[in-house]
Amino acid sequence: MLIVKDLHAKVEGKEILKGINLEVNPGEVHAIMGPNGSGKSTLANVLAGHENYEVTKGEVSFFGKDLLDMDADVRSKEGLFLSFQYPVEIPGVSMVNFLKTALNEHRKYRGKDELKAGDFLKLMKEKKELVEIDSQLTNRSVNEGFSGGEKKKNEIFQMAMLEPKLAILDETDSGLDIDALRIVAHGVNALKRPDNATIVVTHYQRLLDYIVPDFVHVLYNGRIVKSAGKELAFELEEKGYDWIKKEVGE
Amino acid sequence: MEDQNKLLDKVTKSEYQYGFVTDIDSDALGKGLNEDVVRWISAKKNEPQFMLDFRLKAYRKWLEMEMPDWAYLKIPEIDYQDIIYYSAPKKKKELESLDEVDPELLSTFEKLGIPLEEQKLLAGVAVDAVMDSVSVKTTFKETLAEKGIIFSSFSEAVQEHPDLVQKYLGMAVPSTDNYFAALNAAVFSDGSFVYIPKGVRCPMELSTYFRINAANTGQFERTLIVADDDSYVSYLEGCTAPMRDENQLHAAVVEIIAMDRAEVKYSTVQNWYPGDKNGKGGIYNFVTKRGLCKGESSKIFWNQVETGSAITWKYPSCILLGDNSVAEFNSVAVTNNYQQADTGTKMVHIGKNTKSTIVSKGISAGKSDNSYRGLVRVAPKAENARNFSQCDSLLLGDTCGAHTFPYIEVSNNSSVVEHEATTSKIGEDQIFYCNQRGISTQDAVGMIVNGYAREVINKLPMEFAVEAQKLLQISLEGSVG
Repeated sequence: MLIVKDLHAKVEGKEILKGINLEVNPGEVHAIMGPNGSGKSTLANVLAGHENYEVTKGEVSFFGKDLLDMDADVRSKEGLFLSFQYPVEIPGVSMVNFLKTALNEHRKYRGKDELKAGDFLKLMKEKKELVEIDSQLTNRSVNEGFSGGEKKKNEIFQMAMLEPKLAILDETDSGLDIDALRIVAHGVNALKRPDNATIVVTHYQRLLDYIVPDFVHVLYNGRIVKSAGKELAFELEEKGYDWIKKEVGE
Repeated sequence: MEDQNKLLDKVTKSEYQYGFVTDIDSDALGKGLNEDVVRWISAKKNEPQFMLDFRLKAYRKWLEMEMPDWAYLKIPEIDYQDIIYYSAPKKKKELESLDEVDPELLSTFEKLGIPLEEQKLLAGVAVDAVMDSVSVKTTFKETLAEKGIIFSSFSEAVQEHPDLVQKYLGMAVPSTDNYFAALNAAVFSDGSFVYIPKGVRCPMELSTYFRINAANTGQFERTLIVADDDSYVSYLEGCTAPMRDENQLHAAVVEIIAMDRAEVKYSTVQNWYPGDKNGKGGIYNFVTKRGLCKGESSKIFWNQVETGSAITWKYPSCILLGDNSVAEFNSVAVTNNYQQADTGTKMVHIGKNTKSTIVSKGISAGKSDNSYRGLVRVAPKAENARNFSQCDSLLLGDTCGAHTFPYIEVSNNSSVVEHEATTSKIGEDQIFYCNQRGISTQDAVGMIVNGYAREVINKLPMEFAVEAQKLLQISLEGSVG
């Protein structure tokens, strides 16, 4: 579904991605690991279409369409979801209103009618249970006053509502205690289907105990320097990233 | 940053939706102002002597006054001799039903989405439609009359209830209060009059739709609302205006008088033509609005959503004279392109245990300037007076300005005055977050701005709140931050 070829990207004039190649197929879980500053979050943001990141070279196709040619909202409606590392607060905008607008935009894009209020609330209730998110939270403004863990749960809750084809989880484990981590991972696993895929961006192996990847890629200095099965994650955990640095000759 | 500006540009440039002109004959006076014009207007309206005296006193004072220049506004020179001071749609005969109303006028209201027919059927809203300067149609009068409520055009009130008008006119805004109020007092052609008798709760929201229509006609409306002891009324005022190239002057006056334990809620959605995206044209809006909490435990609430006008000079204020009286000012003011707004409120505490609250939300986009100017004054005898002010500014982009000018004068030790102010920018991260969930940039801005203004919008009556939300979004189309 996703084919990334020789992707280069700059942020504030500095080249961060220096030729990424990646292919993701339906049903797969990919983990992208790497030390701080290797370009993991940049990759996630570039794929999601953040305007601050300038693609200087390369191409990305998403179900055969040119992803880089789409505005961020279109990418979302085409089925790409980003779970943010730092979800922003939007004061005064209720979660219900926000999600209803988002979901209906997705439906409109697919030529479907808007969801009736009753059906929407029913859907929300169902998905809330999946991530064990408190009703108190969904009655509040978007992310306002949420704890770090609540924000992350809220991301997965939104993912459950929008049912993306490709979900990119950017450091979803950061700031989570072990219970929250389990709940979030459970949500992600429950949403897994043969026709969707997940890219897990993470610094630590910890999350991969719960969300088991089919492939692990190590991103270093803007390039994927090593790809293997899930055993690579354990190796990294054991040896640290210095080992990779040595391997690529630094 | 450059990308952000591009984005901003894209979203702030959409044309005024309600820019159309209704073709109705006007019974207009020539241009210019002198004492004869004042007398002509008074005679034309068949006014009693006290009205003429009121006008002349104001006019003579006005001649000695200077246009105020303390506001943070760049006001182009206004030639007061180049303005037509009276224009009334020609009246054919007394109208029995809506069928007899000029179809042009009806279609104007339909374009605005407020057909009188529906108003009649729905919601129980009585509409006093002000088209140019003369009230054309008043509905629901009978229902109101049963309760002894008077809701009529100002001219009609002058004819039918001269005693009431004489008793209250100028009580909150004296004829010589300020330059624009004096001008209004001298030449005002019509407006609305409301009187709620003792102990009566007005059963419906009262509303007036103002439209400025004849070219080059300054609009001088005057509204007087009197709520007698233990009464309640909620009044709505909403305006849109046709697109114009030349600037149009508007200097309205609104007076509210609340007697013992009376409560008045005055809500405005103001959407006058703001000029095009290059700053050409647009309404100059110099309004004096003041409420007098005359009686003990009386309450006055000003709720406003301001999106229109090229220049706005407006400070809906309250004088808390009665002991235990309460006043609130809740405002959202949006400026875009080259709009300028200097708006706020004055809360003057005179009575004991008086309480006022100010919530002001300014939103600036484009190359506009948006200022909050507020005065909280506590008089020496205002024991235990309380004020809380919150002034927030939201910037869209980096070519607009937001300014806050709070003045606090406290002469009583037992009083408490609090002021909070914030300035923020719509973050591109917020917009990206919305985008990532499938919401377009334009809708995201509308959503974020409405969230920011929610506290104030929630104070508006339901039907107005919906309109106001749409208006905020429309006003900022083309202006993302």
